[in-house]
Amino acid sequence: MDPLKRSPPPCPSPRPSSPRTQPCEMLGHVGIETVLDQLKIKAMKTGFEFNIMVVGQTGLGKSTMVNTLFRSKVWKSTHPGTGVSMPQTLQLHSETHVIEEKGVKLKLTVTDTPGFGDQINNDKCWEPILGYINEQYERYLQEELLITRQRHIPDTRVHCCVYFVPPTGHCLRPLDIELLQRLCRTVNVVPVIARADSLTIEEREVFRNRIQQNLKTHCIEVYPQKCFDEDINDRILNSKIRDRIPFAVVGADREHLVDGRCVLGRKTKWGVIEVENMAHCEFPLLRDLLIRSHLQDLKDITHNVHYENYRVGRLNASHLLPRGPGWVNLAPATPEQLTSPRPLRACRRPHDDSEEESGLSMANPRPASS
Amino acid sequence: MAMKMTCMSSQVSDDEQRKREKIRSLTMCGHVGFESLPDQLVNRSIQQGFRFNILCVGETGIGKSTLINTLFNTSFEDCESSHFYPHVKLKAQTYELQESNVQLKLTVVSTVGFGDQTNKEESYQPIVDYIDAQFEAYLQEELKIERSLFNYLDSRIHVCLYFISPTGHSLKILDLLTMKNLDSKVNIIPVIAQADGISKTELQKFKMALMSELVSNGVQIYQFPTDDDSVAKINAAMNGQLPFAVVGSMTEVKVGNKMVKARQYPWGVVQVENENHCDFVKLREMLICTNMEDLREQTHSRHYELYRRCKLEEMGFADVGPESQPVSLQQMYDVKRQEFCREVQRKEEELKRVYVQRVREKEALFKEARRELLAKFEHLKRVHQEETMRLEEKRRSLEEEVIAFSKKKVASEVFQNQPFLAVGSNLRKDKDHKKEPSCRFELLCIDVRACEASAGRKDAEKGREGHSARGRP
Repeated sequence: MDPLKRSPPPCPSPRPSSPRTQPCEMLGHVGIETVLDQLKIKAMKTGFEFNIMVVGQTGLGKSTMVNTLFRSKVWKSTHPGTGVSMPQTLQLHSETHVIEEKGVKLKLTVTDTPGFGDQINNDKCWEPILGYINEQYERYLQEELLITRQRHIPDTRVHCCVYFVPPTGHCLRPLDIELLQRLCRTVNVVPVIARADSLTIEEREVFRNRIQQNLKTHCIEVYPQKCFDEDINDRILNSKIRDRIPFAVVGADREHLVDGRCVLGRKTKWGVIEVENMAHCEFPLLRDLLIRSHLQDLKDITHNVHYENYRVGRLNASHLLPRGPGWVNLAPATPEQLTSPRPLRACRRPHDDSEEESGLSMANPRPASS
Repeated sequence: MAMKMTCMSSQVSDDEQRKREKIRSLTMCGHVGFESLPDQLVNRSIQQGFRFNILCVGETGIGKSTLINTLFNTSFEDCESSHFYPHVKLKAQTYELQESNVQLKLTVVSTVGFGDQTNKEESYQPIVDYIDAQFEAYLQEELKIERSLFNYLDSRIHVCLYFISPTGHSLKILDLLTMKNLDSKVNIIPVIAQADGISKTELQKFKMALMSELVSNGVQIYQFPTDDDSVAKINAAMNGQLPFAVVGSMTEVKVGNKMVKARQYPWGVVQVENENHCDFVKLREMLICTNMEDLREQTHSRHYELYRRCKLEEMGFADVGPESQPVSLQQMYDVKRQEFCREVQRKEEELKRVYVQRVREKEALFKEARRELLAKFEHLKRVHQEETMRLEEKRRSLEEEVIAFSKKKVASEVFQNQPFLAVGSNLRKDKDHKKEPSCRFELLCIDVRACEASAGRKDAEKGREGHSARGRP
């Protein structure tokens, strides 16, 4: 007594269309479009979550930038990065806030990395960062694998990582390249030129071009990634953004009076650098990208691509290893080389904290990207 | 390099946790711009498209297809089903509808032959199986290592419209039984079909009887959600009007100066979209305009999770291990996988052993057979040889006989040709008996005479006679 027809098989394309569907004309208004309102109501009730990480050397203005982005004092006064004392080792520092705007609640988690790249020997300074990111993935995975799951799994995965490039004006340094190479495969990375007020407009353009070339040479795919463009509109929109990456930004959390207007900016002896003025810096572009237009997309790519990559690697690796007691403890030292849609390579996770990377090539090509 | 987290971000979005972990609310002194977030979400959903799956359970001819047509204001192609199916089956069809910028993929699953059989014991089982099959497909996709959930075509049933026949009295036993089996798997919305056969007062009584019967039997039908303020009031009101009495029709009848969907009778016209005549508008309102998203969410977060939990527990997984240590699904899975591998290995060895044994047996049989054949061959060869020898001997003896015979024949011929010699020979023979030494000479003398008398042939006979004489002492 089998049912006559089962569900149509899932299609790889992002706009799936089963061969058995028939487009039908409706003779009048039914009210299907109200589902959008229903969706909105539900979303506003549950609220949104966003996790952002800022990475860069001390003194590049990361904390100020975060404050500027969210127009509030995100960091408490005892935050180590605010110049109170230089931390000796890399520490990750997270703070969570709930902000609300016009009925939309956003739970924002910002992770800072004071002490990054500040030591004499900066070998493997990316490991704590990658470890943190992977640990969030792991936490989510554990929750997802439970038998009795929560209705809404709390999402602490890093959705976006803003990398601050120091304004040398030349090109990316080896440290930058190493870190970006590793980061871009695990998380969405948006590089920005920090403290851009020390570069003139021409210098900025030259610097930007050089950085873009460096990124291309080293095959570093920053957000918005080209391979995830779904259709022609996305591609056009994202190409415009890709042209301007990395944005040259200036952060400021003080307001000054300019021409009778109250603006956010940095006051110097030679003028006021207005943060929101496109002629002065590209902060509005960054803010629009991160918050106003692509926030959902950042979350989607993290969930559908980076998290899935992590999950595949984890599930594949775990059954090859001899089972031991330390399964749940993540070794933060071994970053996984995750790529999509390129073939996946899972790394062995040894039980000790050794820093070897030995690859097992899975040669599983991923299906077409979303 | 140590990784230190001061002021940890919360992992659970509980309010208590929030307070405990000092998540503070920030006030912003300017416009940030994330109020566009719901719009971003909606845009993404529009891009992905929506899916909605309706299951219609009801007897044949009760008006399921007509109601669906009326609900979605379109004529889905369909033909009348027969009443003579031996088993209940389900028929699924998917349609693509578009309204402004919303693309909806609607799947309508209808029972075929429900309630037609004489023995209805197994009627509800195919429905339950179908629903479980859709959950199973989703679970399988979710448990895959390389999965693509974001473009998985969700086929899980979001709502079940249960069509109750308008008897006016109470629920049929079949209905009660079916609904009891379905209520934990799917959102059930019962509707009274063909409500144009019931008067208003009867309808009120019928509705009350139905609801009390459902409640007293513990059937959990779908309650419209009342936790969100914007829809709480209307949902609560509608909850009290369940089950909806509906009439479906796609034929248009002129009423006043408008063409409306209605059913025309000699005594009047039953208008489908007239709230005084039936509850169709309420049903459409509740099902599509207000709660479609909630139905989908309930299916995913309640019914599917329940199915998943039961299924995984059935397979032997648990969240807490034997020593009350939290055991992850992954570990259990590994244990199971290893057991399975061991089992497979054992079976393989078993099969190998059996195979080797069989091969040996066959070899032995062949050897035996070969040996027998050889023995037979030897035996036959020997027999053949003996035969040959015997025949050889026979031939020889035969030849000797032939020679002997021919000799005798010659002798007898000679004997016949000497009749006169025969007498003489007798006498001679007597003489010979007495005088042996001289017999020869005498014989010779006689013989010479005989020779002169006859041909030379006689010499040989002489000799013979001589011999014979001598041979007869």
